[in-house]
Amino acid sequence: MADVSFQDVTKEFPGATVAVDRLTLDVPDGEFMILVGPSGCGKTTALRLVAGLETATSGAITIAGKNVTHLSPRDRDIAMVFQNYALYPHMTVYKNLAFGLRQRRTGRAEIERRVTEVSAMLGLDELLARRPAQLSGGQRQRVAMGRALVREPKAFLLDEPLSNLDAKLRVQMRAELKRLHQQMDITTIYVTHDQVEAMTLGDRLAVMRAGKLQQVGTPQDVYERPTNVFVAHFIGSPPMNLLKATVAAGRAQAGDLSIELPHVPEGPCIIGIRPDSLSLAQGEDAPAALDFDIEVIEPLGGELLAHGFVNGHLASPDTSDEMPLLAGASESRAEITAKLDGRLRLKAGARVRLAVRPGEVYAFDAATGDALR
Amino acid sequence: MESGALIRADRPLDLEAVPERRPRRWPFSPWHFFLIPLALMMLMPLVWSVVTSLETSSEAQRFPPVLIPSALHFSNYVDAWNSLPFAHFFLNSFLYSLATVAGNLLFCSLAAYAFARLRFIGSNLLFVLLLVTLMVPFQVVLIPTFLIVRNLGLIDSVGGLIVPNLCGVFGIFLLRQFFQSLPVELEEAARIDGASRLGVFFKIVLPLSAPVLATLAIIQFMWSWNDFLWPLIIITTPEHSPLQLGLSMFQGTHVTQWNLLMAGTVMSQIPMLAVFLLAQRWFIQSIAYTGIKQ
Repeated sequence: MADVSFQDVTKEFPGATVAVDRLTLDVPDGEFMILVGPSGCGKTTALRLVAGLETATSGAITIAGKNVTHLSPRDRDIAMVFQNYALYPHMTVYKNLAFGLRQRRTGRAEIERRVTEVSAMLGLDELLARRPAQLSGGQRQRVAMGRALVREPKAFLLDEPLSNLDAKLRVQMRAELKRLHQQMDITTIYVTHDQVEAMTLGDRLAVMRAGKLQQVGTPQDVYERPTNVFVAHFIGSPPMNLLKATVAAGRAQAGDLSIELPHVPEGPCIIGIRPDSLSLAQGEDAPAALDFDIEVIEPLGGELLAHGFVNGHLASPDTSDEMPLLAGASESRAEITAKLDGRLRLKAGARVRLAVRPGEVYAFDAATGDALR
Repeated sequence: MESGALIRADRPLDLEAVPERRPRRWPFSPWHFFLIPLALMMLMPLVWSVVTSLETSSEAQRFPPVLIPSALHFSNYVDAWNSLPFAHFFLNSFLYSLATVAGNLLFCSLAAYAFARLRFIGSNLLFVLLLVTLMVPFQVVLIPTFLIVRNLGLIDSVGGLIVPNLCGVFGIFLLRQFFQSLPVELEEAARIDGASRLGVFFKIVLPLSAPVLATLAIIQFMWSWNDFLWPLIIITTPEHSPLQLGLSMFQGTHVTQWNLLMAGTVMSQIPMLAVFLLAQRWFIQSIAYTGIKQ
């Protein structure tokens, strides 16, 4: 039980790679904090810095107010779950669970009590005599969780713990993780690149990019009020549509879309529209509407995703190397995605008119990418 | 060469099971046309030595060799055992082999772990320098080693046999390569769980390295057991001789008692065979033991 904090932490690797760049972040006691970002953004390195598996080049890391920057992992009293679980292959599940306690010279009866308690909580009773090789992926995952829980550490570090599970199991374990955290109330830092995990699990999110912290906030806050175009594009699935626009006289013009943006300074900017802020326009002269040529439709049941083109220029979040999905994206045509009512009977190749829900347009500085409000 | 024969020996079992599932034209693979003559060639010296050890002295010296003796003279074994201090030879050989095996397992694994996992200035250079010494033939370092052992006062003692062979570069190399293939997360998990560096080494790394440790143990045992040159240099009394050196005492300047020499040789090979049979499962497993960790 403790808070974890980064104070101006930098980690450079040999060869002048800056994995974590002046990170300052406070994780209060009992919080479930998600570190999220594209691969190579430094989120795993940040976690390993807390664990003591890497040493910060500069800055300080504190756990429960104690500076642990130069302490070895064993002296930090934290537990970590690895992406590949890292269960000891030569030990039974029981011994895997007990290993950390035995290293800390816990009494035999106490070990027995805690292992029994944790294995009951995670449904591992039947598996205690087995070895990791005899377990399924989900069971291994549970043992890895158990090994961390049994220690009753100050903080819990999880490095993409669900990424090796199949989709169904992942949903199940996600719920279980949330339940466990509510039950145990241990400070948790969770690294993921998965949108859904980031949105559903965390009390707060910390979005990272190229070693730098972009934004910290509750999932809803980050989703609704992204500080810059990168965060706006990264959080939310499918990602926000970004178009180049020009603002004049309180109106932004992007292709044939014209919308009122009274607070945005004149000149070029980027406007962002989430796919679910788009709907079919009612009537020909609906305000803030644009023509949309449907290329591909992905029905999801209650909703459908329509990918297609509008007039205008696509803006880049300057983040990922994602290429436009569809061929034929030319200079004056921009590919966007709309999330529409699944009951609509739309056909690929059709042209429809989309309306933008008022007040759900984001604007970003064309040069810096910062949000304009 | 024994390994080839032993692996082959498992085959007939396989072949009995196979034809039921997928019929074959021959109950053997075409490779056997090549492998069986090769195996016979390998076995020949072994068979010859066993046969010679059961012949009379005159049969053993005849040419062309007598491959079917007139009678089986098992008494050769008793005569050989009684004519030289064989009990001493065996004891010395066991001491020499077991001590160097233990030394290599401990020291090589510690050094190899350092080279595999610890980052220190010059670690790669040091490792390359160690590897370079593999290319220096023993004859070149024989005299310096002799001088060191003499300064230690270990000439003509089993200790003098053991000390220079407690840690070998080959063992360090073999184990380092294996340690590097172990998932580093296991060690990180153990460190987070509270184990020290040495704790990680003894509780995680070594138990997972059993196959390669067994391999090193067998190789080192064979090497020490069969070592002749080094004992020849530093041992002067029969009571301190290991087997291979002791056996050479059957070879006189003018007469060699071939039947007794072969009887002694056969006896000296029995422990080697036993070690190999006991450990072959590990030995073969370690060769086929890559990338199946988790």
